[in-house]
Amino acid sequence: MTDVNHEANSKAPARASLPWPVWVVIALVGAGAVGGIALRRGESINSLWFIVAALCVYSLAFRFYSAFVATRVLMLDGSRATPAERLNDGRDFMPTNRWIVFGHHFAAIAGPGPLIGPTLAAQFGYLPGTLWILIGGVLGGCVQDFVILFSSLRRDGRSLGQMARDELGPLGGFAALAAVMTIMVILIAVLALIVVNAMKHSPWGTFTVSMTIPIALFMGIYLRTLRPGKVLEASVIGVVLLLAAVAGGGVVDHMPALRPWFDFDAKALALMIIAYGFSAAVLPVWLLLAPRDYLSTFMKIGTIGALAVALIVLRPDIHMPALTPFIDGSGPIFAGKLFPFVFITIACGAISGFHALISSGTTPKLLSNEADARMIGYGGMMMESFVAVMAMIAACVLDPGVYFAINSPAGVVGADAATAVATISGWGFPVTVDEMQHLATQMGEATLFARTGGAPSLAVGMANIFARLSGDGLLALWYHFAIMFEALFILTTLDAGTRVARFMLQDLLGNFYAPLGRVSWTPGVLFSSGLVVLAWGYFLYQGVIDPLGGINSLWPLFGIANQMLAAIALCVATTIIVKSGRARYAWVTAAPLAWLVIVTTSAAWAKLFDPAPRIGILAQVADLKAKLAAGALPPEMIKQAPQLLFNAHLNAALTALFLLLTWVLVLDTLRVCSRHLRGLSTPPFSEVPYARTQLSA
Amino acid sequence: MKRLWTAMREWLNFLNGDAAYESFIAHQRQHHPERPLPSRAAFYRMETDRRWNGVRRCC
Repeated sequence: MTDVNHEANSKAPARASLPWPVWVVIALVGAGAVGGIALRRGESINSLWFIVAALCVYSLAFRFYSAFVATRVLMLDGSRATPAERLNDGRDFMPTNRWIVFGHHFAAIAGPGPLIGPTLAAQFGYLPGTLWILIGGVLGGCVQDFVILFSSLRRDGRSLGQMARDELGPLGGFAALAAVMTIMVILIAVLALIVVNAMKHSPWGTFTVSMTIPIALFMGIYLRTLRPGKVLEASVIGVVLLLAAVAGGGVVDHMPALRPWFDFDAKALALMIIAYGFSAAVLPVWLLLAPRDYLSTFMKIGTIGALAVALIVLRPDIHMPALTPFIDGSGPIFAGKLFPFVFITIACGAISGFHALISSGTTPKLLSNEADARMIGYGGMMMESFVAVMAMIAACVLDPGVYFAINSPAGVVGADAATAVATISGWGFPVTVDEMQHLATQMGEATLFARTGGAPSLAVGMANIFARLSGDGLLALWYHFAIMFEALFILTTLDAGTRVARFMLQDLLGNFYAPLGRVSWTPGVLFSSGLVVLAWGYFLYQGVIDPLGGINSLWPLFGIANQMLAAIALCVATTIIVKSGRARYAWVTAAPLAWLVIVTTSAAWAKLFDPAPRIGILAQVADLKAKLAAGALPPEMIKQAPQLLFNAHLNAALTALFLLLTWVLVLDTLRVCSRHLRGLSTPPFSEVPYARTQLSA
Repeated sequence: MKRLWTAMREWLNFLNGDAAYESFIAHQRQHHPERPLPSRAAFYRMETDRRWNGVRRCC
């Protein structure tokens, strides 16, 4: 390995940096804003504080920390030919303008995660979540995405799993694969559950969301036969049809003859989504998946942009306190103390292991200049982190009483409205039945109680913000627009995730029976798709029948799994830094890794062994068995009990598996790094040798 | 203003893949002039199949 510094020959255009007094001012304003958020204990605080704090933190981190990582730790070299240049095939590998790569990368990493996580974590108050989004983002998530993108760039665009196998050995590769598969299953289940909770007994929402399917099919046929490959055109038509579907839902909602056709309970909706997921996985991609993805990318970038503009123009007040009493672990939305559960609940937006799959998949094959990895890897994650800050603001502009009434499961606060408002008001967050009924009527819904999962409360928050620009008359329209927007890209993730998991499973099964590995053998496709859908469908159904609402147990499981994947990515990153001869800078990835290991281990431990039945799964099992033996359960619970017990054991086994995989990989990383430092043999450093770029920038 | 609009259009076209066909044809002409060129429809078909063969979307 030659450590020649080609920086002097870098073709990256030198950008003028701001003069240092400007940076001093940004630092002071940022410190003031963060301090203001942290110390303010009044009735309310303006959301501008959050935006200013976030923008200052991001600009400082990008200007100084990412520059340090780029020049000292990774030694980015703009004169080095990228895989896009060396392996250019005009399609997969292709040197692409950096702003286009940035757009691709951001659209790929930003999904429902950064919107849902902060909404749920707001139960601790606005402060813990916001601080973790900012700090975890710039020191953890951005660094992870950046280092993995860089590593893959120097390895012909290889995937995280391949890099884990190359740098650590077969064990690392296996752990990465197992993690991706399980996360995929849990992720899809929890996202599907969120959609189910947003649509149950909501004819308007159900109509609008179900219309996205024929619209996508129409676009698919349009793109395939009518006007092949004219994506912009088709997407504009699709967006217009979508808006019509939002308005059409309102009409359906007011027609007694049509209403019952779109009014379903959670179980029926879960079965429909399972059937939909299976069809989406076996239908050709051009028909449903690709057009749906074009639509959701448009809506995603458009709505997030609109939300940013609306927040900056309107600067709404935040009504949530900085900290709520629920930091002690008694929260209604999910159980568990502030540490470690805020760090688990907010995965995407602060640090998300899933990004490592994107940073090592499509993106490195498009970059034309290695120096741009900083802007795309680090900068792309900063954008996503900002989306999480906006979601936090949208959750916290709601009255806390309303926020808890929407997000608390009936199993915790009571099934009827009067009991629920009494419980919530008793916690010190006053809310009345009339207030909730009025809000539900405004939003065009029958009720907003116990709409768990975060999507409805985010939609209420967004509707409130947008309606200030349009007047209250359009509240219901905005609410269902927000629901449609969330459901659209949740369903895209569901389709794409099922498909990816199917490919992985086929790959795996192909080792046992070769025809199963062939992606064109129909029985094999049906069988493996069926298995994947069955796996997440099981968790979805379990969530639907769970008396505590399902999100309570599934979201932490997803968070633990996602943070574990991040730990795997950071293990690979740390090994690569150590092996590149810059072990003195290994803390850049080792510090966030250590933090994640502490967080995931404590969270998994609490999920398994905490004595409180709402937190610890084993305590929950014991509690249920005791109640069953004492005959203290209502008859329908007795019927459900065997299944609840089985589910609890399954969740416990999964949590233990995550814990085991993480530790195996961390110990393996320590082994490889220490062997390298002692000069013993390790898997060879797999970086591709230097080749000079021929591109003129 | 007009230039900004054109730049926006171009960015969108690249982002959603409308421009992918032109880039591919240009690449083939330059590097592999002997190979037959696919039609726009055939190229779109190949592209959708290739693009969805891995992790493309995140949570």
